[in-house]
Amino acid sequence: MDPAGSRHREGGNSEVIPLPPTAPPGVATSEALASDLGCFPTPAQYVPLVKSFKEDGFELCADLCGVDYLAHPGRALPEGVVATRFEVVVNLLSLSKRQRVRIRVQAGDDEPRLDSLFDLYPGSEAMEREAFDLFGILFDGHPDLTRILMPEDWEGHPLRKDYSVGRVPVQFKEAPGPR
Amino acid sequence: MSDLHVRSAERLDPLAAETSEGAQGLQRRDLTKKSELGREVGAVLRANGLMLDPNDVDVERHDDETMIINMGPAHPSTHGVLRLMLELDGEFVLRTKPVIGYLHTGMEKTGEELSYVQGATNVTRMDYVSPIANELSYCMAVEKLLAIEVPERATWIRMLMSELNRMASHLVWMATNGMDLGATSMMIYGFRERELILAFFEKTTGLRLNLNYVRPGGLAADLPDGWEDDVEVICDTIYERTFEYDELLTGQPIFRLRMEGVAPITAEEALALGVTGPVLRSTGVPWDLRRTMPYLAYDQVDFDVIVGTYGDNFDRYAIRLNEIRESVRIVRQCLEKMPRGDYRSQDPKVTPPPRARIGESMEALIHHFKLFTEGFAVPTGEVYSAIESPRGELGCYLVSDGGPRPYRLHVRAPSFVNMQAVPLLMRGGSVADAITVVSTIDPIMGEVDR
Repeated sequence: MDPAGSRHREGGNSEVIPLPPTAPPGVATSEALASDLGCFPTPAQYVPLVKSFKEDGFELCADLCGVDYLAHPGRALPEGVVATRFEVVVNLLSLSKRQRVRIRVQAGDDEPRLDSLFDLYPGSEAMEREAFDLFGILFDGHPDLTRILMPEDWEGHPLRKDYSVGRVPVQFKEAPGPR
Repeated sequence: MSDLHVRSAERLDPLAAETSEGAQGLQRRDLTKKSELGREVGAVLRANGLMLDPNDVDVERHDDETMIINMGPAHPSTHGVLRLMLELDGEFVLRTKPVIGYLHTGMEKTGEELSYVQGATNVTRMDYVSPIANELSYCMAVEKLLAIEVPERATWIRMLMSELNRMASHLVWMATNGMDLGATSMMIYGFRERELILAFFEKTTGLRLNLNYVRPGGLAADLPDGWEDDVEVICDTIYERTFEYDELLTGQPIFRLRMEGVAPITAEEALALGVTGPVLRSTGVPWDLRRTMPYLAYDQVDFDVIVGTYGDNFDRYAIRLNEIRESVRIVRQCLEKMPRGDYRSQDPKVTPPPRARIGESMEALIHHFKLFTEGFAVPTGEVYSAIESPRGELGCYLVSDGGPRPYRLHVRAPSFVNMQAVPLLMRGGSVADAITVVSTIDPIMGEVDR
């Protein structure tokens, strides 16, 4: 109806947030993301950047998840960011500023590996375990990197793009055969 | 006699192997590394720069004094298939480890196989007690990527349904929480009142639980004729009955003894663990996305954000009870201010033609067919949309590669994250209090495991 009102209703901040003063130098950012600031640190910049955001008032690690870009390699990234197959996406939330920030780290191709956020945000523990379980992304410094949703003896990481649906046949107990 | 003994010991081994969770489970004390023990009991303290107290009772305890028992996965008070491994010293809980995943059905993977229209059917089954919240978060993410406008009326109907659903969800919580504490009459009353809301859902959407009502671009159907009367009755009845709950529970000495001061959590601990929703508000943090980052039309309605003081079980109870009253307030305002107009966007890209046109126009028929078989393409991009579900921040992270199906659908489930507070809250309490902790955290296992 009225575009101004609807923009207000988007439920996020539309202005671009500056990087915190203590952020490591040279972090690529993007303003093109819908309503949040996007940062694209290298794995080495990742934990220092999150730390600087935490010191800058982002109290809550709202979300952490992995993405497997195997089937969608040509995604838009800022200049200088080398796309890898796996990406870890972290959403931080500041209660005091009412802002969100999204951090996308290129985690690697064959053996994705990142430092854990556990020391900064203990609440990322379960989410990192989930990313490990479903994508096989390793987090250095995580105290208990075990499977969380899948059984302990499960093979493979089911949300990877090369793990097809129906790969494991489901045998229903005593299901009647086709006559 | 001894023969029998040997046989039962032989039987125990395969049984233990079958029921063991391996590394996911809680390990015996003598097998647990000091660092892991420290993590389980002191994760939050470490985040604040404090070290684990070496004089802590938990650390200096011998293995033969404690025992590990399983609560769940089929324990009635765990609200689904949650398995809690408790290390007990007598009746007191030392360590807790939630073992989850019993309800994991790979819904995020399934979401990648379904088109954007079908996606709502999928996500509505995650948090099955507040399905509208799931659909809303998902559809808002899709709409952000599509950059389409939702008509005013659809926005208000979404808000009305969300608040009705919040009432229903909190009523189920009141009911199950009452049952966990032995107040079985609350169980009956909670479900009785919820039935009013479910009946209205059935009238509006055709379904009671997994509604699939919110769709990208609007809603599946308009409100039925005479909906004002139904909603009026729901508001009046439930508002009145919240005071009966006050009489039944709030002022009840046994109930208060079980709730007051039990399992407190501080604001720092809650924030460090990522806890949101009523559990965070019980610590006194006035964080409610409806107020702090308004979506839909929440900035145009008048309501209070309920906060607690002590962060204990009783605060969490009082917050949910009062949120029912606030939801009634919002629903009444929706009733007053409900605008006229379309209930879905008229963008032909996402909305099928009206039913009447399908019978007379070949193009409309093809359009309808294409939309529901192939779906619509969504521009490349990624988006995170968060709403306040009855349990906390419900986020949906959606990646599109420009095709008709989401490339990646991730749901930030509030129950999944809030579950991390369970070991902290249970620590040092008795087994009876452990039940109330699970209850007041209010996890919905469908959402935890997805």
